Amino acid sequence: MAVLPMKFKYLFLLKITLSTFLLSGCNESNKLSLSERSIIYCSEGSPETFNPQLSISSTATDASSKQIYNSLLVYEGKNNTLAPSLAKSFHVTRDGKKITFYLRQDVSFHQTSYFTPTRLFNADDVLFSFNRVLDNKHPFHQVSGGQYPFFDSVKFKDLVEKVEKINDFTVRFILKRNDSSFLANLATDYAIILSEEYGHKLNLKKAQHDIDILPIGTGPFKLKDYRVGSLIRFYRHDSYWQGKARIEQLVYDISTSKTSRLTKLLAKECDVSSYPIAHKKIAERTDLTLESITALNVAYLGFNTKKEPFNNKLVRQAIGFAINKKALIETVYEGQAAQARSILPESSWAYNSKTPQLDYNPSRAKSLLEAAGYSQGFTMDIWPMPIQKAYNPNALTMAKLIQADLDKIGIKVKIMSYAWDTFLRRLSLGEHQSFLFGWTAEHPDPDNFFTSMLSCSSREKGSNSTFWCHEEYELLLQKALETPNMSKRKNYYAQAMVIINEEIPLLPIAHSKRFQARGIDVEGDILENFGGINFYNVSKNVLTNTNILPQPKTLTKERN
Amino acid sequence: MLTFTLRRVSLFLFTMLVLTLLSFSLSFLFPGDTVINHSGHINATATDLIQLNKDYRMDENIFSQYTAYLTHILNGNLGQSMASQSSISSEIIKLLPATIELSLVALLIAMLVGIPLGFIAAIKHNKATDNAILSLAMLGYSIPVFWLGLLAILFFSIGLGWLPSAGQISPLFEIEHFTGIQFIDILLSKSPYKWQAFSDASAHIILPACVIALGPATIFIRLSRASMIDVLATSYIRAARAKGLSFIQIIFRHAIRNALINVIRHVGLQFANLVTLAMVTEVIFSWPGIGRWLIESIYQRDYTAIQSGLLVLSCFIFIIHILIDFIYAALNPLARGNNNGS
Repeated sequence: MAVLPMKFKYLFLLKITLSTFLLSGCNESNKLSLSERSIIYCSEGSPETFNPQLSISSTATDASSKQIYNSLLVYEGKNNTLAPSLAKSFHVTRDGKKITFYLRQDVSFHQTSYFTPTRLFNADDVLFSFNRVLDNKHPFHQVSGGQYPFFDSVKFKDLVEKVEKINDFTVRFILKRNDSSFLANLATDYAIILSEEYGHKLNLKKAQHDIDILPIGTGPFKLKDYRVGSLIRFYRHDSYWQGKARIEQLVYDISTSKTSRLTKLLAKECDVSSYPIAHKKIAERTDLTLESITALNVAYLGFNTKKEPFNNKLVRQAIGFAINKKALIETVYEGQAAQARSILPESSWAYNSKTPQLDYNPSRAKSLLEAAGYSQGFTMDIWPMPIQKAYNPNALTMAKLIQADLDKIGIKVKIMSYAWDTFLRRLSLGEHQSFLFGWTAEHPDPDNFFTSMLSCSSREKGSNSTFWCHEEYELLLQKALETPNMSKRKNYYAQAMVIINEEIPLLPIAHSKRFQARGIDVEGDILENFGGINFYNVSKNVLTNTNILPQPKTLTKERN
Repeated sequence: MLTFTLRRVSLFLFTMLVLTLLSFSLSFLFPGDTVINHSGHINATATDLIQLNKDYRMDENIFSQYTAYLTHILNGNLGQSMASQSSISSEIIKLLPATIELSLVALLIAMLVGIPLGFIAAIKHNKATDNAILSLAMLGYSIPVFWLGLLAILFFSIGLGWLPSAGQISPLFEIEHFTGIQFIDILLSKSPYKWQAFSDASAHIILPACVIALGPATIFIRLSRASMIDVLATSYIRAARAKGLSFIQIIFRHAIRNALINVIRHVGLQFANLVTLAMVTEVIFSWPGIGRWLIESIYQRDYTAIQSGLLVLSCFIFIIHILIDFIYAALNPLARGNNNGS
């Protein structure tokens, strides 16, 4: 019996100690607390690798490219112009086949629990990184599967003859032909620089695979801890060459469920959330902001220009005038997309704002139909893509709206639904009349839109299902690729855009946006115009006194 | 006491035997190959399969198959998860402490709130206070835990922003895994943010623990009320009153002690109920415990994990049950009598 009062005393003591702990926790937060020096990002999935050379999934690039690594060049500003990064300048020969990079000499690699660098970044690291992709005999080429999807898609191996080391801080790329999208490729999230010294060390340890799961790079953050399905923890890289980041710790809280990301955002358990739902609810809150960026993609209605009646330009134009794009964007994208005026999004540097537009004009459409000899209208098929993509969240609804629009000018539309693989197969066979589809850029060079979607050569490759082939257009693309002069290229692409809007082999509808939500105390840009997110410039607004070195802005470019 | 202990141990062994028999037979009842259900090697090659069949003695009679299975379990080999292909025992060791921690805190809250309220209701028997407490208990008992969990998140996390809604601790804090019990690990850690971590972990446990505690607390209210009413009606209380002891003295020196004994006896039973509630609550609050893991395994048709998880969880509940029996016996000499062994 004597045990019982003792028990009570213990409980009481426990209560007291508990409350003291709680209180002492509060007292300590007078100093800048850990959460004020850190950012928690609620991400949508677990990355399969920390090496973006190996993957084009945005989950992998978001978690690695701009956090852990740097590339030789970067895109900068609204127009995605090229700017220096690990290369402080570069030089292109007149024939465009030799490109020399002069490297920064003050760049250090991460020091972590698994690697301590003994030297600074130099030409060997550049050679190591690119030869891993290019050279089948490279000791790391076959590591982690030997697949380099981005480099394969831009035919990097066919383009680059070799990479040479001139001296410790000079590297030369020798190309087989002139290709002005080459530099753009080097600035993507995928062309990152690994550490040759780390690779050498792993080779000796026979642990080559570690290079992709325990990454070492030169970026503003270094990996501390990764638990699949749970979290990724980054520490700040204190000797980062552009000055250390303002936050000390960056944590990716992996929350695959959309609702749990929203709950955590609303309950302030994460500072930033990827792909949020309930946009209206977030916009209503005064303590949260919703931001978006127009992605480099396009959703379109394509016509089979080999089949009647779409072999007639006037019919295609008529349909272009008859579709109310604004209504499509309101319904299918809930207003969260930019209306497409051309296949190229307005955020691309090559976009020409003077391109003639096709505005909604049913009476004009009717007169065009009459001119084409279809005053009684006709019946057509439309094939909506059967799966959801970022650029088109609901193609079937879009098809129904188009059906209603075209009914007004006397065109009867039949909507045909196929399974995804059947859809793709029959599309490549050309059995369709018209189809709803889209394109996401693999790199921000405008050529990726013009050539992949509408060139004669991509008819055989299957990415041009309009079967449209236009000599003058083809010539313009050719010329644009051969010149490195940006303003000349822009001019060629402007002409190409005029041709497309005149010929309308496909009708561009919308460029969708990428969304992100954050608390108002989080400052600095995270979403980039192209490619993965970047936390380097982010801080919580309680921090004001940390020094940030200005980023180099000027691009020194020499010509001979 | 020895007989009492022996009885409990034999009961434990027998129950475990039945439980393993049940989990063994599950492998036959689940779809798919029995030996793969036992081991979880879904990607086994032909040579692996031969080895597995040999290990689990699949070509012999059912009894020796069962002994082979039992040997595996006794060696700590619960097979590997079909979904993640990692060892189930190591996963359980990682996850079970989180569930134990949450359940114990919830049990503490349920007892600290439920028992005093029950006593107050008994002392104010048939008065307005009694009725109010009883109606509250009825209300609390009727609220489904998943609904309460969601409401709590909506109100305290999203609406008021007082308490976090998910996880055991903010991912900012790096706490090394020593015991798995978060609070002990925090106290053992050398992190400079120890106390921030401690207050953060406390804030994280409040909502889920309170949600789990509500149901058992209402039961404790009724148990302690009934037990107190019984005690207050006994002759020794009347004798104490006749001796001239004050009301406070009677309640604190005599009534509470005796009433508590009967309540303690039911804590073991309530613990099983509490763990069931904890499993659902873990899913709602993304608590990294065994309940959430088990429910995810059910979604993923991870038969090996379901089977082993159930075995471990029921074994754990049974051990707690027996422990509470011992505590009860230690507190109440009457229970140790030869007649009251069961």
